[in-house]
Amino acid sequence: MAFFDRTLRGFLLTEIVQGMSLTLRAMFRAKHTINYPYEKGPLSPRFRGEHALRRYANGEERCIACKLCEAVCPAQAITIEAEPRADGSRRTTRYDIDMTKCIYCGYCQEACPVDAIVEGPNYEFATETREELYYDKEKLLANGDRWEAELAANIELDMPYR
Amino acid sequence: MVELWDIYAWPTIVIAFYVILIVAPLLGAVAYLTLAERKVIGWMQLRKGPNVVGPFGLLQPMADGIKLFFKETIVPASANRAMFYLAPIVTFVLSLIAWAVIPFDAGLVLSNINVGILYLFAISSLGVYGIIMAGWSSNSKYAFFGALRSAAQMISYEVSMGFVIITVLMFVGSLNLSDIVEAQSGGFWNWHFFGILFPMFIIFFISTLAETNRAPFDLPEAEAELVSGYNVEYSAMTFAMFFLGEYANMILMAAMTSILFLGGWMAPVDMAPFNWVPGPIWFALKIASCLFVFLWIRATFPRYRYDQLMRLGWKVFLPFSLLWVVVVGGWLIVMDKVPGS
Amino acid sequence: MIVQALAFYMFSFVAVAAGVLVIAARNPVHSVLFLILAFFNAAGLFVLMGAEFLAMVLVIVYVGAVAVLFLFVVMMLDINFVELRRGVLQYLPIGALIGILLLVELLVVLGGWVVIPQAASNAAAPIPPLDQVTNTQAIGRIIYTDYFYLFQAAGLILLVAMIGAIVLTLRKRPGVRRQKIADQLDRKASDAIEIVKVTTGSGI
Repeated sequence: MAFFDRTLRGFLLTEIVQGMSLTLRAMFRAKHTINYPYEKGPLSPRFRGEHALRRYANGEERCIACKLCEAVCPAQAITIEAEPRADGSRRTTRYDIDMTKCIYCGYCQEACPVDAIVEGPNYEFATETREELYYDKEKLLANGDRWEAELAANIELDMPYR
Repeated sequence: MVELWDIYAWPTIVIAFYVILIVAPLLGAVAYLTLAERKVIGWMQLRKGPNVVGPFGLLQPMADGIKLFFKETIVPASANRAMFYLAPIVTFVLSLIAWAVIPFDAGLVLSNINVGILYLFAISSLGVYGIIMAGWSSNSKYAFFGALRSAAQMISYEVSMGFVIITVLMFVGSLNLSDIVEAQSGGFWNWHFFGILFPMFIIFFISTLAETNRAPFDLPEAEAELVSGYNVEYSAMTFAMFFLGEYANMILMAAMTSILFLGGWMAPVDMAPFNWVPGPIWFALKIASCLFVFLWIRATFPRYRYDQLMRLGWKVFLPFSLLWVVVVGGWLIVMDKVPGS
Repeated sequence: MIVQALAFYMFSFVAVAAGVLVIAARNPVHSVLFLILAFFNAAGLFVLMGAEFLAMVLVIVYVGAVAVLFLFVVMMLDINFVELRRGVLQYLPIGALIGILLLVELLVVLGGWVVIPQAASNAAAPIPPLDQVTNTQAIGRIIYTDYFYLFQAAGLILLVAMIGAIVLTLRKRPGVRRQKIADQLDRKASDAIEIVKVTTGSGI
């Protein structure tokens, strides 16, 4: 009987018909496509996108040039040079991230004791040349100023899990 | 001089006109088949498919064509140049010349030859040359693997396709494509699709999938293992020629299926609202529904493994179609339906 | 008529030229491709003679299947041309001897060739007339009546060749684990998967 059953199923192509009916039904179901440049999917507060250097509310930059991020960076994408500023505080004179090397692991923001370097929610920073992807301190601070609202909100949202 | 004009020059011009009349819509159909493929597969995978270029993405084929046209043709340094250029031309030309014998309506055929079905079969069996030449001349191991697979696959499935065609010919008693369609006149219950030839329809359809290297038998261009196989070294227009040739072959195979099993240009019922619609429209509709099944199958099934493909061709289809030749022969004699007796 | 004559000369010239190039071409793949060209032109000559069935069968069988397998094999060869040409002088005498022998045999055969008296009338009236039956039917009538036993014998020879090839290449290897497709098809989802509702914290 099993032989008969199997042969019948084989010759009637039941499994093939089942599979094809599944795809045919799927054809008329609602589509999940997001029209990307016009619509975007939700992002987690932990999303690791483009880097930014944040400032305190009074406009002072947070980074204290401890170089922990430089040390932890597995791709060695970060380069920091530092010396004391005129007021005696220790600040970076150079903070470069080579975005072509970066693997977006997020270790830099984990390592940062003052929440200065963070990976923001921006992922649309494609450029036409590689040179534009060698970020310097100015660019990173500008990113921080631009995304501060989102960055602060994300850090706030992630706080309960830390 | 007048004689030369009347006998040779004028008919040549007329034929050239007919050829353009066939080829131009065919190329348009090929362009929109690529769009339809992406759309249908998109829908079945709960995506929308291309919808940005033009309304509903209707201009996408133009965009693709322009892109391919303006790209640079790269020839690998160690390639065999002459054959490298010849291969896409062979594929493309073969996919077009087969349309010479396809009847679009009663009497509406460029060349109504006696051995039309054999001509189609011969042309489709030549399709393997473009692929083999491409694979060999590229001097790349992936292209070569693709070509070898393709050669073995197309030869294997041709055998059972031949037997399927024989069963149809036993019903019709003629190798002429118009005669094959005329034999199915009257209504859809007279189509070869319904009745004792139905299993042959299934085998023929699956064999055409293998013959055109379509999923689930797209081993020659398996993108996962062979990085698109025999056409891996091709770019720009040479690639476009392969692409056009392949899709034109799909349409040709769908046309062949419609002629052999679905009554060609015949309306499903020979009654008032149906037979107002001209034959070529019915024919196009039948081709389109066959092509939809092509796409549907591609969206549904995973690729066959090579040994499974060979097993299906030689151990399932060949014995079964051989058996069915005998069964159909016996049935024709018992029912006293042998044509021409 | 002019066009037919022109077509005849074109087909025959290309066929002969391709035939010469088959043995003259250095690259064996090119040789096979020239062979295919020769087949095509032969098919064209058949069409000119009004034997379109034979033309198509020539294309399907020889070009579509046999030559593909030739090409298949030749492409996989890794031929060293320098190596090939090394022994030419050494083998030349015996090769030339065989060639001359074959030529002599051919001459003897041609010398003893007598055309049967009815040949002219046969050629003038092909049986049956072409305008009444297609040549597909004509060839079928001849094969399945006059030459039926020869036809069957040809089939038997091919069958023997096929069985021979299978016997020569078939070998049973012990200890090979094969895919049993019937068993796989026999298996249903309910044989393999069991869905259990597990309440939290209770385990299965």
